[in-house]
Amino acid sequence: MQILSRIPQLLIYGVISGSILSLGGIGVSLTYSILGFSNFAHGDFMALGAYIALGLFALFTGLRIPNTPFGPLSFGFGFILSFILAIGLTALAVVLLDRILFKRLRRASSIILMMSSIGVALGLRNILQFFWGPQPHYYIEKIQLARVIPGLNIRIKPDQVFILIVTIIVIGVVHYFLQYTKMGKAMRASADNIALARVTGINTERVILWTWVIGAALAATAGILAGIENKFITPELGWQMLLSIFASVVLGGLGNPYGAILGGMIIGLSEEVSTAFISTGYKPAVAFIIMIIMLLVKPTGLLGRRR
Amino acid sequence: MESLVGIVNYIVFFAITAGTYGVLSLGLNIQWGYTGLFNIGIAGFYALGAYTSVLVSGPPPGPWGGRIFGGFELPFLVGLLAAALVCGIVAFLIGIPTLRLKADYLAIATIGIAETIRLVLKNESWLTNGVWGLQQIPAPLHGPIHSGVSNFLHGHPDLPAWLHSLVAKSYNWFYLLLVLVVLFILYLIVERLVRSPWGRVLKAIREDEDAAAMSGKNTFSFKLQALVLGAMIMGIGGSLYAHYARFICPSVFKPLYGTFIVWVMLILGGSGNNRGAILGSFVVWGIWAGTDFLTGYFPFSATQAASLRIIIIAILLEVILLWRPQGLLQREKRASEIPYKRS
Repeated sequence: MQILSRIPQLLIYGVISGSILSLGGIGVSLTYSILGFSNFAHGDFMALGAYIALGLFALFTGLRIPNTPFGPLSFGFGFILSFILAIGLTALAVVLLDRILFKRLRRASSIILMMSSIGVALGLRNILQFFWGPQPHYYIEKIQLARVIPGLNIRIKPDQVFILIVTIIVIGVVHYFLQYTKMGKAMRASADNIALARVTGINTERVILWTWVIGAALAATAGILAGIENKFITPELGWQMLLSIFASVVLGGLGNPYGAILGGMIIGLSEEVSTAFISTGYKPAVAFIIMIIMLLVKPTGLLGRRR
Repeated sequence: MESLVGIVNYIVFFAITAGTYGVLSLGLNIQWGYTGLFNIGIAGFYALGAYTSVLVSGPPPGPWGGRIFGGFELPFLVGLLAAALVCGIVAFLIGIPTLRLKADYLAIATIGIAETIRLVLKNESWLTNGVWGLQQIPAPLHGPIHSGVSNFLHGHPDLPAWLHSLVAKSYNWFYLLLVLVVLFILYLIVERLVRSPWGRVLKAIREDEDAAAMSGKNTFSFKLQALVLGAMIMGIGGSLYAHYARFICPSVFKPLYGTFIVWVMLILGGSGNNRGAILGSFVVWGIWAGTDFLTGYFPFSATQAASLRIIIIAILLEVILLWRPQGLLQREKRASEIPYKRS
């Protein structure tokens, strides 16, 4: 009974960590379907975004840009501004990386691309570690008290509500983009068959550019939200979540962004609920086992199509 | 003279480590170089081999520490073979759900198993002593060699200082010999295998899996065999490491770092070429050791220097992938002249 009474609370945590995994997963899924490889650097794009936000926030604090907390939240204008600018700068950095590296490997096999993304992953993480060190850095050091939702015996912090709202808005924007804009439709066409998309006159290089921009922007968002949720960031932030993100993407169906959202939620919930029964240290292993079971039962994932 | 002996001792130490990496690189060469399997969980098999070997041939649990199981003090060779066996079993279990699917799934699953192995090593103190690791790992024939050497040094007190410090490190010479013998035996086995009809099927799968399947080969089974064999060799590498380092803990086997450097070794040396695999391990380990000296000249902290070294290796990988994807030594023969097929 003791365990069962904790479950509603764990479900809340699960939805929050599921939101972050979903945002990371959408980018992995888009890169996979359009560029044709599993991007092992995606977790480190998340960390990059989180650190750019940290740097900007420190800069703005130095410039005396006000950061009086908004209502019950633990941060204000200065942090939100760093958040938004960090998303843009991360996208810019990733596009630059594509120009320097991935663009030259467009015709290489998917395995070569995967391998080079591993190089990028380690390179990026160690660049962050070089400048900021391996120790945790805090956005805001003040501890925020959780509010009790009356009647349900659930505690939730205002910052966590912020994470959920941001996730819902971002997923809504991505959905609108993919379904209703011209570029979104071109992206979906390229995901189905990039050669066919090219002969129908779609500028696939532009599609690839937008894929990186969206993937990186979502990664930065996920990284910063993870920083808000955990209260600190380390250069390993993204890497530690990468396995869970991959598990989410495979679970939902590799290459389907909606599958990534569904998979992210399921993995997030299972990881958190599992802590009622087994050691917290095994969270990534829980994700991994769910993924292996999915591969045995239906390798195309929950929302995947036959390929 | 004294400093020269220091250099010689360092080279022996260097060669032991490089040789151990050579074993890992050979294992990866079977998987990637000959069969085209993308295993990025090398560090997992390396760690699993090391821990298995220590649990089989290491000392029983001491009065302190959390471990309550393992340490059967069996001979080193038994530990080595057990390491190979356990790694083979784990590779088999990973191969079954993933080898029928695209390469990405194997990649994700191998990184997953490496991470899971690390978590188990960290959390299951009853077996692994958790983050504190396992100590006092017996080194093969260390006792007799050590006492022989100290008897000799006692009997010859008038040795010149340089000879004294050279002789004092005799055990490292022995271990180097051991590593090189194991490496050579594995090299002969792998060379023999890849030139057999079995090996030709692997190469056919690497070049064009569909065509190999059309020729009536059960490609799944061949890929599974290659994955298992490669993982067994990696387990042997882990065992060789553990009994030389004599102390292992989960943080030694950093998931991506251990994996990554072996990949750079194989790709630089030339995947699909066993001599290339071994050459690459010595060259890359040389670069790695060289960057250690290099970063020493700059006013960086230890962690900054470590990061910088990894950045250098990462750039090296990208440079190889961009400009010399075939590595230093090319594949000896190609089944087809279409090197990279976009899947």
